[in-house]
Amino acid sequence: MRILVCVKRVPAPGSRINVSDDGQAVDTAHLGFTTSPHEECAVEEAVQIAEKHDGEVTVLTLGPAEAEEQLRYAASVGAHKLLLIPITGVDWDPQRTASALTTAISDIEAADGTFDLVLFGNESADAGGFQVGIRVAHALERPVVNGIKGIDLADGTASARREIDGGFEVYEVPMPAVLGIKEGINLPRYPTMKGRLASKKAEVSATAVEAVAGGQARVRLHRPLEQVSETVILGTGPEAAPAVVDLLEELGVLS
Amino acid sequence: MSLLILCDHDRGTLDEASLEALTFGRELAARAGIACEAVVIGAGADTALAPLATHGAQRVHLAGHDLLTDYGPEAWGETLTQLARSIGATAVMACGTDRGNEVLAHVAARLDEPFVANCIDITPGDTWTMTRVQWGGSLLEDATLDAGIRVVSVTHHAVEATLADTPAEGSLVHFTPELGVEAVRTVVKDRVVLTQGITLSTSPVVVGGGRGVGSEDGFAKLEDLAGALGGVIGCSRAVTNNGWRPHSDQVGQTGTRIAPDIYIAAGISGAIQHWVGAMAAKNILAINTDGEANMVAKAGFAVIGDLHKVIPAITEEIIRRRG
Amino acid sequence: MSEFPNRANVVVIGAGIVGSCLVGHLARLGWTDIVLLDKGPLPNPGGSTGHASNFIFPVDHNKEMALLGEQSADQFRDMELSVDCGGIEVARTEERMEELRRRMTSAKAWGIEAHLLSPAEVRELVPFVNDDVILGGFYCPTVSVVDSLETGTTMRREAIETAGCQVFANTEVLDIETAEGAGGVTTVSTVVTDKGTISTEYVVIACGVWSNRLANMAGATIPLVPTVHQMADVGPIDILAETNNEIGYPIVRDMDSFCYERQSAGSMEVGSYGHRAILHHPDEIPSNEEAALSPTEMPFTPDDFDEQMEQAIELMDMLGEAEIRYAINGLLSLTPDSMPCLGETTEVRNLWSAAAVWVKEGPGMAQVVAEWMTYGYPRVIDVHGADIARFYEGERSDEHIWSRADESFIKTYGIVHPQEQWGGRRNIDVGPYFSRQQDLDATFFQARTWERPQWFGSNADLVERYGLEERPVEWDNRWWSPITVGEHLNLRENCGLVDLSAFQIYELEGPGAVAFADRLAVNKIDVAVGRSIYTPWLTPDGGFHSDLTMMRMGEDRVRIVTGVFDGGRDEFWVRKYMPTDGSVTFRNITRQVTTLGLWGPNAPAVLGQLTDQDLSQDGSSYGSIIPIQLDCGGNKVDASLFRISYVGDTGWEVYTDWGNGPVLWDAVMAAGADLGVRPTGGGVYGSSGRLEKGYRLMGAELESEYNPLEAGLARPKVKAADFIGKEAYLAAREQGDPEVQMSVLTVEDQTDSHGRRRFMQGGNEPILTPDGNRIVDSHGRASRVTSAGFGPSVGKHLLMAYLPRELAVPGTDLQVMYMNDLYPVKVASTGAVFDADDTRMKS
Repeated sequence: MRILVCVKRVPAPGSRINVSDDGQAVDTAHLGFTTSPHEECAVEEAVQIAEKHDGEVTVLTLGPAEAEEQLRYAASVGAHKLLLIPITGVDWDPQRTASALTTAISDIEAADGTFDLVLFGNESADAGGFQVGIRVAHALERPVVNGIKGIDLADGTASARREIDGGFEVYEVPMPAVLGIKEGINLPRYPTMKGRLASKKAEVSATAVEAVAGGQARVRLHRPLEQVSETVILGTGPEAAPAVVDLLEELGVLS
Repeated sequence: MSLLILCDHDRGTLDEASLEALTFGRELAARAGIACEAVVIGAGADTALAPLATHGAQRVHLAGHDLLTDYGPEAWGETLTQLARSIGATAVMACGTDRGNEVLAHVAARLDEPFVANCIDITPGDTWTMTRVQWGGSLLEDATLDAGIRVVSVTHHAVEATLADTPAEGSLVHFTPELGVEAVRTVVKDRVVLTQGITLSTSPVVVGGGRGVGSEDGFAKLEDLAGALGGVIGCSRAVTNNGWRPHSDQVGQTGTRIAPDIYIAAGISGAIQHWVGAMAAKNILAINTDGEANMVAKAGFAVIGDLHKVIPAITEEIIRRRG
Repeated sequence: MSEFPNRANVVVIGAGIVGSCLVGHLARLGWTDIVLLDKGPLPNPGGSTGHASNFIFPVDHNKEMALLGEQSADQFRDMELSVDCGGIEVARTEERMEELRRRMTSAKAWGIEAHLLSPAEVRELVPFVNDDVILGGFYCPTVSVVDSLETGTTMRREAIETAGCQVFANTEVLDIETAEGAGGVTTVSTVVTDKGTISTEYVVIACGVWSNRLANMAGATIPLVPTVHQMADVGPIDILAETNNEIGYPIVRDMDSFCYERQSAGSMEVGSYGHRAILHHPDEIPSNEEAALSPTEMPFTPDDFDEQMEQAIELMDMLGEAEIRYAINGLLSLTPDSMPCLGETTEVRNLWSAAAVWVKEGPGMAQVVAEWMTYGYPRVIDVHGADIARFYEGERSDEHIWSRADESFIKTYGIVHPQEQWGGRRNIDVGPYFSRQQDLDATFFQARTWERPQWFGSNADLVERYGLEERPVEWDNRWWSPITVGEHLNLRENCGLVDLSAFQIYELEGPGAVAFADRLAVNKIDVAVGRSIYTPWLTPDGGFHSDLTMMRMGEDRVRIVTGVFDGGRDEFWVRKYMPTDGSVTFRNITRQVTTLGLWGPNAPAVLGQLTDQDLSQDGSSYGSIIPIQLDCGGNKVDASLFRISYVGDTGWEVYTDWGNGPVLWDAVMAAGADLGVRPTGGGVYGSSGRLEKGYRLMGAELESEYNPLEAGLARPKVKAADFIGKEAYLAAREQGDPEVQMSVLTVEDQTDSHGRRRFMQGGNEPILTPDGNRIVDSHGRASRVTSAGFGPSVGKHLLMAYLPRELAVPGTDLQVMYMNDLYPVKVASTGAVFDADDTRMKS
């Protein structure tokens, strides 16, 4: 079982995200970086599948050289191979990213064989373009479903569950396939201290890939206007209960 | 020359979010000087047509095919692509729901065009300019779009669905795409219903708990209150990470977006992750020992106190009033 | 939430452990109209308190840190917010084992239970320690873990309930404004916040890592830099979870990997002081909103932690499989000398600092500052080492703070020698003879910013002349040279020239100068022009604040000469009490006047070659200051001759203009060439010469917990004029003989348990009874070595210590502990052990 997970290095912000002076990026002066949460779950899912099906997990990212940190993190929780497509400057647009990933995946597969599963996050935590995985799947002519919160593998088919209101839908997808993973599919493990130390020694292959820019371009990032609202304090402690229930009545939710 | 809007439905029940897309799209189409058209795809689509004209669809395409038994991202994407090409649409749009964004990504991939997801404002022109959300709404991006066919989604809840000033004609046109079996590799095969009735994303009352609840058992008090109000439980990411509640209860950027009449947020500090999932609530009541917590500052109403004492008191008061 | 006030008596900024405890202590001392602000939310506003590891290892070599740690531990216990879990410092090297023996000595000094453990004994207490990699452990059963956030809440509540303290969280201070107070003194006036503006009498900055930024708003400095201390929470670990306890095993400090392992319920917190120094400017700290965790829990940089992680796994194998669940680059505050910043800022009146304080000393240091604000000086303990006024200008720059922090971070768990010198930021202040001293191969010790020769390599021949030897144990030999003994013996035999340029010299001038000087000093300053007065300055409670020389230079002019370690504090003390009516002006003339000491039997003969003046005790009597012109190789140099001696042989301090210094140096050296004059270093002036004479040193023997009677510095009569601390001083005299007496002891046998001759360093080694018991007076003050050094002229190693009066009798046999060995000592004197009647100086 060969599994590829595509991850993105994103800032780990607090309760307010600041923008760099030129408006082109998040101001990361105070921030650490992480793997986009859906993708962290995708890595965990891949590792679990690999553990169960004697597989190999490759993790691929397109990002700055520092994204090696996220690749090593993946290794520290069980990924086997790490690949970096280095870029400089601001993020690539979704078309360009998808094109580069497609090229890289095709090259790897030409050398080492097809990936049975290629996992993406449902969408990145930062840009939220909702499309890179689907574009790659289309280019590779593979089936793809987004929003996956459960995978069972049997006989060359991935049975993939997608959460809907009040339950889930099931897709039976023939492999090789591409799935967009959502947080909640699992609770990702933390790296062990030994895992962290071992990941330091893992090899990261970096290969530059060229791709042309797409038709969507960033003008600037900015923070939405904050709604400043006065908070009405209904009271302190259990004595506030009548005031709360008055409010509930007023809002008509107490019927 | 038209803006083609995907109107989503679930086996014949129109998704309300589609009306938001129509509301947004008819204005956009008017400013762009193009027609506003809607499309409904698949089995059962014909029962979902009624409100489309009153919300501004000048033409409604009803796309059907023997293979279109249920929702399928690839089949829907392929269908929409073919329709857009066949009517010469200059733009394709949907509401930025899970499905809407998914189908549009397929369309864009097939058209080899850009796709701009989750816009809140679009100015048409030779080059379209738009404002879209990033970070689940914590940040906005001004962007430009150069494309032969513009593929865009409008952020869910960015506009409220309203009737058009004058109902559009809404003439019905049937469309049958050419689909091969590979287009239906990814069609819903089965559905499993876990919750009957109201759910986290639709409930008018959500009682949310955060780290301050302290334990899995601590949620019993919240459940009592939710029960008394006919609402459901929500929680923060910290709670899910601690294993106190399932991820399906998680409200937030990577969990469920809620929009209840009232969100009672107990022991929740109000980190951005959580806030973006809760900010569409019409009213928020924060219960926190810390009067200076973020959630308290952002909420319309607050009670300062220990949730373990305040919540049972509210439940009791409700029961008392009901006699 | 009460309405935001526009007036307060005192505004405390920062609601971490320090600010919260401070409002509690202020309330206890009767303060009202207290406002506490923090820009973050409560109870965890996001400063260092919120991520503190919250454990207290009570043993510290430093007296202030040890006693305030103990004081704090008691306060945590009183609030029932503390658990004694015990703690073990383990050693992986023999050098560290010796440090642990030194720890045992300090534990004994402060009366803290401690045991040296074998590796197997360590394992018995902490079964998951790999005893193969350690040589032993230092176990302290009273190591405790505290709840610092709850402590803050408790203390705030007390202040709210008893003194109506108003607390405002999420309130950011935008500016601290000053106004011109009486006498044109810059005085704090207003705190501007995003919620409103408060005019106030006092402001206290208890803002931890942000403190300097806040102080800068008012034009003051609190020299500290936010510094990363990495920690990771790893787990779950079964053996820890099975304790069903927040902390069930002793905390382990793996000293040689600069790490600690502290149980935190089912997981282990691994903290490191072993990584590179990672310093941040306060502006680099995110706001509460920007921060992913809290502002002072900055993004973890794992590469810096890997080495510690490997060592931690080596010590505790189970950690290897534990998951890293939370890891941060936690911020704490480092100062240029690793001591806190307490007290009133020197730049702005009524603007106080309570910063660079760790949780373990938080409540105690808060009490110190509250008492200081209330009584004019803290009562609980002397804090000259933590007094923010100790810093000179050159120590307050970012360049200096960063350099020192960069160098000292690794010393947090390091083995630091009492004489240890800094590598960077040297030669900030040097005397006019510096290049000559470099040519003479001087080894310089830095006193705050000032370089002082400790000994001269050019005197190496004296080692042979006097048959001297290195000390047998490297530790005793470190930062020491036998040359210093040679310089001492040469001074006693011939003559020594000592560079005293680091003296801090001030002048008071004006019609009120003498009266003001008399208000500062215990002894009478209104004496004849040309006379000097050696005098204590007391705190309002009658303890030592300073100990220095004042000179009546003119009718309306008084000179103050003090030691380089005390200059900052003494200058601030003068400025604080100076009349505001314009009757006195203050000048710091340190860099205008240089001082050379010339002492030894040949000193009069040497100096006599430069002048025709009568240099006998008639013409230049002991204690007198006479103006003189010296013929320095044809150059006429105006100077003042001050006949005094801190080393026990006759001679002078020669004061002259800074620019004349080199000429004077050359002239004295030339004149003394045939009379045995040698450049002589601080090893003689500050240590061996002083100790043989039993002279007390401010900051060592003299501290605010002791009064002049106990120090043996009380004069028969008390002057009529009022002075600071007079009432307390008179009360102490009323009580008759003091309870303790400063004494000099001789070490009767310096042989340690390995048969090696050892030399105590003067680092608070405990003086014990022949039975090995501590000696503690009714105030809880333990007898301990305040200064130590070899007395070449008496052939004995000398110790100074306060002893109960009944023991302070020559001939009394006692013991001293050093590196966990006991040595017999004998009380020699309460004065000098060499030339007790001062014949050599005064005849």
